[in-house]
Amino acid sequence: MADEPQVIDQPASKEIIAPGYTFGTVTDQIAAVVLTKKTPPLFWLGSFAVGFGLLLLFLLAVAILMVKGLGIWGLRSPAMWAWDITNFVWWVGIGHAGTLISAILLLLNQQWRNSINRFAEAMTLFAVACAGMFPVLHLGRPWLMYWLFPYPNTMAIEPNFRSPLVWDVFAVSTYATVSLLFWYVGLMPDLATLRDRTTDRFAKFFYGILSMGWRGSAKHWAVYETASLLLAGLATPLVLSVHTVVSFDFTIGIVPGWHSTFFPPYFVAGAIYSGFAMVLALAIPLRSAYNLKGLITDKHLDNAAKVMMATGLIVGYSYILEAFTGWYSGNVYEEAAIWNRMTGMYKYHYWTLVACNVIAPNALWFKKIRSSPVILFIWSIIVLIGMWLERFVIIVASLSQDNLPSSWGRFESTRWDWATYLGTIGLFLFLFFLFIRLLPMISIFEVRTLLPQAKVKEEQPR
Amino acid sequence: MSQIFHHSTNTFTRITLFGAVFILGFLGWVMFTLNGSDYVTRATQAREQPVPFSHAHHVGGLGVDCRYCHTTVETSGFANIPPTKTCMNCHSQIWNTSPTLEPVRASFRTNQSIPWTRVNDLPDFVYFNHSIHVNKGVGCEVCHGRVDKMPLMYQYNTLQMEWCLNCHRNPEKYVRPREFVTTMGYQPAGDQEEIGRKLVAEYKIQDARTLTSCSTCHR
Repeated sequence: MADEPQVIDQPASKEIIAPGYTFGTVTDQIAAVVLTKKTPPLFWLGSFAVGFGLLLLFLLAVAILMVKGLGIWGLRSPAMWAWDITNFVWWVGIGHAGTLISAILLLLNQQWRNSINRFAEAMTLFAVACAGMFPVLHLGRPWLMYWLFPYPNTMAIEPNFRSPLVWDVFAVSTYATVSLLFWYVGLMPDLATLRDRTTDRFAKFFYGILSMGWRGSAKHWAVYETASLLLAGLATPLVLSVHTVVSFDFTIGIVPGWHSTFFPPYFVAGAIYSGFAMVLALAIPLRSAYNLKGLITDKHLDNAAKVMMATGLIVGYSYILEAFTGWYSGNVYEEAAIWNRMTGMYKYHYWTLVACNVIAPNALWFKKIRSSPVILFIWSIIVLIGMWLERFVIIVASLSQDNLPSSWGRFESTRWDWATYLGTIGLFLFLFFLFIRLLPMISIFEVRTLLPQAKVKEEQPR
Repeated sequence: MSQIFHHSTNTFTRITLFGAVFILGFLGWVMFTLNGSDYVTRATQAREQPVPFSHAHHVGGLGVDCRYCHTTVETSGFANIPPTKTCMNCHSQIWNTSPTLEPVRASFRTNQSIPWTRVNDLPDFVYFNHSIHVNKGVGCEVCHGRVDKMPLMYQYNTLQMEWCLNCHRNPEKYVRPREFVTTMGYQPAGDQEEIGRKLVAEYKIQDARTLTSCSTCHR
């Protein structure tokens, strides 16, 4: 027989998990958040209350929308797409960081992802749920949304497959399905841990059902590893394809300011940029409130900030390219579209987004800024605002002043635009904080693999 | 530690998971079938009318031409219900004391229309022109069925979009020479598809692309 596995005292990578943790303490700390019988911390109560309140506002806004119709939003010709589609693109984009962390970083063997992938994937799911609201509500008759799918029907018709809006349906629903599966499969071992640890009968039953009889046998782990790799392989192209298809909603249209070939990479970069901002905006308060600084370390924030900066620079480059294309095309309409964006009705929106997405990320070159959680939190909010404005300007500024000057008009948002948008933020917070309370927000078994104890020497051949 | 679940839970879970596909598929099939069924479309259900007018008697038995009463079917977008006067052409002379026909005579005396119940009612979001169909050689019975065999009037087809498109996609399968439009129990003199194709060309029936364009019917 080989020697006993050698225990290494120091973590392999000190920065991604604080020293001093053992298998037991990792499990204890993460599981305690869910299994505690005490009232959750004020941070949880406050955030959940805000989320629930805004969710009620959302329900009100949707109810009024159903009764009165789309006119309660500021949609007027020529801008028949405005906040709704802006919010859709914004939310879908935010989801992308979760998939990038869970799938691409897994395939690239980036171990630091292990501590943040769980809640990032949850963020993806809830962001996609929020995103899905907008195109469906924007249908006008949302109860007929199943018409978007090709199903056998008495009308003998199918959706128009030449329309990018139909591609969207497939892209987003595939994305939601794969993300859900990936998230759930990854949860199973941890659900079994919770099942075994809880003393509550109902919780035992609840986690027991969800963990599907996981016993942690070698066979289970072998199947798990295969399934998780396969799902990572499925999810990886989605990181790139979903926002590419979303960008087709615009590029296929011949509206000046939309009809561009560089939209797909530009949108994907923007998606990951805003997604990592959301990851930071969630991780920074969470790790303070739950005292998780040993698991979500400054190194994690630093890495996320670096990704945010890299993608932010791509986004900034895209703005330059957009202006260049407008000029280089020699096409008066393209030129006018860019010029209107910079100096027209929406110039304040445009220059704010330039400040948020081009100038702000450059601050992240400095290690001092990347290592200050408070500044990073503020920066991530700036990025989220900037990316929302970017989508707003692309959509509304282009539609308000298209090829036909006689129909130009300014879009004015209404209070119901605000209510619906804030409402989905409420839905997001509501779901996310339910998740924090009911499921382990950090992957217990994956974090345990980061511990030095997990590193065992290969058995020596006899 | 005692087991949370009984051993049978394993089987139950497997059946639920794999069965879900079939159950959902079955539910979809039930919905689809139900949606096109007579129960939903009200096809083949005879409607209550103020006077039990029998097409079987008038058309099948007496051989009255459709257009004797429905005078505008060839010229108007709307296929008319005949005025009471048309009934009285005959019924002032025959069966003029029948109690069944009292509502007809009352209508004639008071100049108030008989409140017939409409049988073939397309949704309001569909533009339908009756005359174009008759003039392009769509027989009465193609849509309305064997009216000469209906003691009480009922809707013969589903009137669902699928049914409209069946013909709009392949008109050659249904058209007939104009002179046989009102014929009941028409049999093509030869191969229907061959005759149909000739008639489609002769009557200048538009191609399927135009006939199935959204705005052809939804204006």
